[in-house]
Amino acid sequence: MTAQALLPLIVFGPLAGALIAGLFGSRIGALASQAVTTGLLLLSAVLSWVVFAQWTWGGLEPFTLTIAPFIHVGEFISNWSIRLDGLSAVMLVVVTSVSALVHVYSWGYMAEDPSRPRFFAYLSLFTFAMLALVTAADFMQLFFGWEGVGLASYLLIGFWHHKDSANAAAIKAFVVNRVGDFGFALGIMTVFWMFGSIQFAEVFSHIDEIAGSKWRFIGYDWSAIDLAAGLLFIGAMGKSAQFFLHTWLPDAMEGPTPVSALIHAATMVTAGVYMVCLLSPMFEAAPVARDIVTLIGAVTALFAATVGLAQNDIKRVIAYSTCSQLGYMFFAAGVGAYQAAMFHLFTHAFFKALLFLGAGSVIHGMHHEQDMRRMGGLWRYLPVTYAVMTIGTLAITGFGIPSLHLGLAGFYSKDTIIESAWAAATSHGGVAAFAFMVSLIAAGLTAFYSWRLAFMTFHGTPKWAGEGAHGHHDAAHDDHAHASHAHEEHAHGDHGHGDHGHGHGAHTPHESPASMLGPILALSVGAIAAGYVFVEKFVGEERNEFWRGAIFNAPANKVLEHAHHAPAWVLWAPLVVSAIGFAAAWYVYIAREGLGARIAARRGIVWSFLYNKWFFDELYQATFVRAAKLLGDLFWKVGDQKIIDGLGPDGVSAASYALGRRTGRLQTGYLYHYAFVMLLGVAGLLTFALWAWRA
Amino acid sequence: MTGILSLITFAPVLGAALILALRAGRTASPRGDDLARWIAFGASLATLGLSVLLTLRFDTANGGFQFVEDIPWFAGLHYRMGVDGVSVLFVLLTAFLTPLCIAASWKSVEQRVTSYMVAFLLLEALVIGVFCALDLVLFYVFFEFGLAPMFLIIGIWGGKRRVYAAFKFFLYTLLGSVLMLAAVLAMIGAAGTSSIPDLMTFRFEPWMQTWLWLAFFASFAVKMPMWPVHTWLPDAHVEAPTAGSVILAGILLKMGGYGFLRFSLPMFPDASQAFAPLVFALSAIAIVYTSLVAFRQTDIKKLIAYSSVAHMGFVTMGIFSFDVLGVQGAIFQMLSHGVISGALFLCVGVVYDRMHTHEISVFGGLVNRMPLYAAIFLLFTMGNVGLPGTSGFIGEIMTLTGVYFSSTWTAVIATTGVILSAVYALTLYRRVVFGEMTNPALADITDVDLREILIFLPLVIATLWLGFQPGLVFNVTASSVDGLLDAFRTAVGN
Repeated sequence: MTAQALLPLIVFGPLAGALIAGLFGSRIGALASQAVTTGLLLLSAVLSWVVFAQWTWGGLEPFTLTIAPFIHVGEFISNWSIRLDGLSAVMLVVVTSVSALVHVYSWGYMAEDPSRPRFFAYLSLFTFAMLALVTAADFMQLFFGWEGVGLASYLLIGFWHHKDSANAAAIKAFVVNRVGDFGFALGIMTVFWMFGSIQFAEVFSHIDEIAGSKWRFIGYDWSAIDLAAGLLFIGAMGKSAQFFLHTWLPDAMEGPTPVSALIHAATMVTAGVYMVCLLSPMFEAAPVARDIVTLIGAVTALFAATVGLAQNDIKRVIAYSTCSQLGYMFFAAGVGAYQAAMFHLFTHAFFKALLFLGAGSVIHGMHHEQDMRRMGGLWRYLPVTYAVMTIGTLAITGFGIPSLHLGLAGFYSKDTIIESAWAAATSHGGVAAFAFMVSLIAAGLTAFYSWRLAFMTFHGTPKWAGEGAHGHHDAAHDDHAHASHAHEEHAHGDHGHGDHGHGHGAHTPHESPASMLGPILALSVGAIAAGYVFVEKFVGEERNEFWRGAIFNAPANKVLEHAHHAPAWVLWAPLVVSAIGFAAAWYVYIAREGLGARIAARRGIVWSFLYNKWFFDELYQATFVRAAKLLGDLFWKVGDQKIIDGLGPDGVSAASYALGRRTGRLQTGYLYHYAFVMLLGVAGLLTFALWAWRA
Repeated sequence: MTGILSLITFAPVLGAALILALRAGRTASPRGDDLARWIAFGASLATLGLSVLLTLRFDTANGGFQFVEDIPWFAGLHYRMGVDGVSVLFVLLTAFLTPLCIAASWKSVEQRVTSYMVAFLLLEALVIGVFCALDLVLFYVFFEFGLAPMFLIIGIWGGKRRVYAAFKFFLYTLLGSVLMLAAVLAMIGAAGTSSIPDLMTFRFEPWMQTWLWLAFFASFAVKMPMWPVHTWLPDAHVEAPTAGSVILAGILLKMGGYGFLRFSLPMFPDASQAFAPLVFALSAIAIVYTSLVAFRQTDIKKLIAYSSVAHMGFVTMGIFSFDVLGVQGAIFQMLSHGVISGALFLCVGVVYDRMHTHEISVFGGLVNRMPLYAAIFLLFTMGNVGLPGTSGFIGEIMTLTGVYFSSTWTAVIATTGVILSAVYALTLYRRVVFGEMTNPALADITDVDLREILIFLPLVIATLWLGFQPGLVFNVTASSVDGLLDAFRTAVGN
């Protein structure tokens, strides 16, 4: 079959699965729901690889299938369509492969959950929305997929809806993403009025005419393309959990672990990176916006890596790691190496999904324990999980030998990013130089927290046997004393439905079933080989042939060429800093086992700052959340009830009554009159302002 | 097809007359009540059938008035009816929601059933009349009398503070009515005609436009309702029976927006343009202010009522953008909000029928006993949040895009609404549906039954269908909106 015929099957197969399992799950039963969704996803994944092979080796040309009209009003024209080009071909295999493996994995992981049809329906629904996102040909469908994956994320984070912490995390994820979408929506409006179109192809073909012109927005004249690209990037910051809008991602770990692997590591959170690469023609004409992308990406890479150092929940460590790696992808795009960003997105999907599913296997084997302080020595009990987690750790730390040009997946993609940052730093300096420094520091930190995770979990003395069934209470008290945050004490609760069969005594950890190990092993193949096989295609000599116009580099943008000529110290530096990180982790958690716990027990300023995630949650709670509540109450109880009603209907009925009574109440009456005049004044002022700043 | 509009308008009246004729001289009895219900349901279904026929026969290429009826009345006044692309879908929306309301009242209204059904059918007739009237006086009669049945529905079948709510509702609308009546008389005096199509091409003096615009604005702003004349709405909703809330939010609020499109823009174009910043300011305030107030509510109905005010802010802003996206988006938003807010009030009705309260704190954990209800409520919550794929999204993005061209500040302030709506709507959903079921009184609560499923099904289909294929609406409204805006641009000279 031709790719044109396969693509609708790839995209709509998961939707069909979601509808069948979602609408008829209770009728056909859990097993049938699982079989239908998983079967359709496997089919979708196989077909995606067929299309990807045709793209990579078969010389397939880019095309767009128009399925149906969406919005046609004036020049605002959007269609339901499926766009195939280099970018979407890559995303298709990433999304469907990880999703199919996560579906299979969930057979084992969710085996005891009574709501399996719902779970599998949500997973498939997510996959459909993500496919709609990556195959969009215009901004409206992109936005549809964008918010659709947000819905699926909300539903899956809150999947265990009896848990308050899960519900809170679900709302937080949706709302913080909406903050990003606020910018995204304004970006789309700006693009529409700037270009008279929301079709990608149409917009990209008119960049040259707009570039350099000014655009009036909220009273200022902005550099047109920079404004549009900058607003759209706010959306990417939300979806990809970048600095300021990152707070939802760690909390999203409340969802079942397969969800964390699929949505909050491998696919959905990379949508922001994908968008920036997709819009490379815009970003190439927007130097200021690109600097912002670089800066935010670099800050996130560093910030998240530092926070990852001090976390004890195994999933949260990996979540911060994800945040940090996404930062790498962004500053790669920011310095102009979009291909490197996409390459890291591709390899990261394999090893990060591997790490999460491995963590799920540990949690499963430990009977729903997520606190690494209560693990240790597990390699003996979970040998396969241990082996694949080690592969994943080597992959994320970018292990490889530069002189042989041989290493695991992360070696190729991460080092390309570091070399690109170096190349941009040498030619432009500025934020690129900052990004280059960060890329090396964060690589060292990545090695530290990744090996810390491995050591605390699999090595050292077991801390799960002996005193008390869970050893839960002491640690919980510790957390209460220090972190005001409510989620830590729930770290224990992942997979809460499943533990009925196990009893509650002291458990012996056990290895996971084949349905869980199979997908992990498959991912480990990707974590090992994805870099070696595809490095030439994605970022090497064959890159222009591979992308075939899907990524645009301005003629002046020579970052990737220069990156290939980086001096030896730049090539070896990542390995050196990773080795230092490894050695430090080994010293703290193996050689001097217990040193880490002692440092934590001292509650130093630096440790507390990192442990409490730079106090972002507390800051936002004290400002935005509190302000919304205060203003809401003020507008309601004073604005509506006292001022408007007091002078309106209640005032009218009370007026005759009050006329004869000259008491102290008059004074309060005056107060509200003043307030009423003030309200009118505010409305008048705003009216005048909007009139004065009509543009 | 001439006469179909009168048929649609008066079919409910025939149903009401039949109910009254059959029950004349008898005391209330269970059988008599059932008969009244079935007759009302049948009459509303017949109206719906005729309205569907009307929409199918409607010529979308024609931007003018269609199915026009014109019968001289008295004192130079005419009985004139007709629909164009702006109004025809509101007729359909009214006819679509009324049978669902009657079905929803089947068990929850047990007192004075025959009077209730009569009031409801009269309400339907009068509201349809508003959207079909092509004579200023006829419009005024429908517009003002349409409130009377709603006044009664709240005042008789409402909750504990129904009298206060009805009084407040009345007081606010009275103010608008008086001013509008004066304006109507002044217009007839100046133009020498009460024909709406003629008035749409008549050029009033600029100073007169200003006064007429303000008088109509007073009335329409109360109906929308716009900030700061919105406080009657939460009280009216809390006290109104479920079906009353559905019609109030679904239809009556749209009379204001329809009025702006039918009168303010075409008849007072210069004044409309001059006052646009005022409308933008009030719309932007409404969106932020009422969204924040909604966030703090403890009553489900009040919360949804406040969210309605915020959603109507998008409508007013879109209309006064004078841009095709803004106006098309505003019409779409009104239709979509009619479906979604109607459905949300029906969702409240489901739990109100079981627990006789709409205090949020009573609920929690409903998903454990009512999974299907949870799914339905979730869909409409997402519609309220404006998730793409539901009809709620289309209206928001179109009105925002439309207003962006006129005022980027307004667009920026209004776009914060997409954040705030997620805050209040998802918080409500969490507190009502998710969590552990801790209230023992909820232990035996039952999921939606077949009757309720059949009520929700058309609304579910409409929300999703319009969300994926908004062209169903835009194709009908396009010609008339283009004509409206062309005339507007010609009139204001750009």
